[in-house]
Amino acid sequence: MSDGAHTSPHDRLVESLSGGLRPVRRLRAPSLRALAWCAAAMGLGLALLPFADLDALRIRMAIPDLRYAALGAVLTALTAALAAFQTSVPGRSPSWALLPLGPAALWIGASGMGCLRDWVAPGTERAEAGGCLVFLLAVSMPLSLGLVLMLRRACPLRPNLTAALAGLSAAAAAAALLVPFHPHDATASDLLLHLVVVGLVIVANGLAGGRLLARSA
Amino acid sequence: MTLDRSLSDAMAAAQAGDAQAYRRLLRACLPVVAGMARAQGVRPEAVDDVVQDVLLTIHRARATYDPARPFLPWLRAITQRRAIDGMRRAGRRPREVHDPIAYEARADDGPAPGQGLEARDRARILARAVAALPEGQRQAVEHLALRERSLDETAHLTGRSKGALKVNLHRALKALRRTLGSEPEAGGGSEAGPGRRDGGTRDV
Repeated sequence: MSDGAHTSPHDRLVESLSGGLRPVRRLRAPSLRALAWCAAAMGLGLALLPFADLDALRIRMAIPDLRYAALGAVLTALTAALAAFQTSVPGRSPSWALLPLGPAALWIGASGMGCLRDWVAPGTERAEAGGCLVFLLAVSMPLSLGLVLMLRRACPLRPNLTAALAGLSAAAAAAALLVPFHPHDATASDLLLHLVVVGLVIVANGLAGGRLLARSA
Repeated sequence: MTLDRSLSDAMAAAQAGDAQAYRRLLRACLPVVAGMARAQGVRPEAVDDVVQDVLLTIHRARATYDPARPFLPWLRAITQRRAIDGMRRAGRRPREVHDPIAYEARADDGPAPGQGLEARDRARILARAVAALPEGQRQAVEHLALRERSLDETAHLTGRSKGALKVNLHRALKALRRTLGSEPEAGGGSEAGPGRRDGGTRDV
């Protein structure tokens, strides 16, 4: 490396990077950023609350597996968001991705228990199921988008993993937000639909979000 | 001050806009990143590309560094990912697909597996052959050929004349050439020593 004339490519790059250096605002801790996103999702839930049937919600929450399914969805949304923000910062352990597995098992397991107990609930109609589907997709999309935009400010070195976690978080948050509006118990056909939509959101995030994040990394 | 502490301080200053500290940081990172990339298994000719990728990523991700945490793990995470990216790119690039025989027959640039052993064997055989030489010839070979001393120095050290040294060296080389040339047939026996073949190998 010559000190006077910057002849080597490394020297030239170092000069050009340090030449136009601007101060940057240090990114807040991943946990704080995850909390901020969860607060935004909660705000969306509160905004929707006036349209919910609170009496029916109270009755449904008295049933243990519906309660655990709702709790699992909330915890999955929280832990997956935290994991997504952690994995978006270089040097943080990728094992953070394991964090939402427990809550996700609770969420899916408790929903599954519901349909074992009541295989096909009488009165489940396609129109309602279709309504849930639209709700899940419509809520997941802005939540995912907001999350991916926030994650882009960091530097996700494993963009696909981070994007999949973001998808899981958004889908779980959408499922949690769906709880006050769900007109009936979880049933097999219902659960299957939910799973398909959740899978769809995660895969779509993994593909599209992964590319978006890869460009930022 | 440890390397990690000084790099961490420099990055904190760079986040605040100190270009001088940033330049110092990036320069200090160059050998560290190259070493990490090599340890990761990046081929020597690809290390420079990885280093450049890492510098660009450091620049883009500099807002994510938290000065309360150590710097080197942050840098290592970036380097490891960029090294893996580089190796994937290299793996995707087709190599000599038009000439499969050349591809199969391509020699590795690195040392051959038994090279160290062979060199040690050669050194051992040579040492044995030199030890078997008559005293004057042995001295001539050791000082003039192996230690690369001048004739004057050797004459001073051994107390022999320069002419005698030259003759001894000449005879010693002749004897060694004969001994080492016949080594495979000799079966490694040092009894076929150079000193007893003919009168021409006598010490002077």
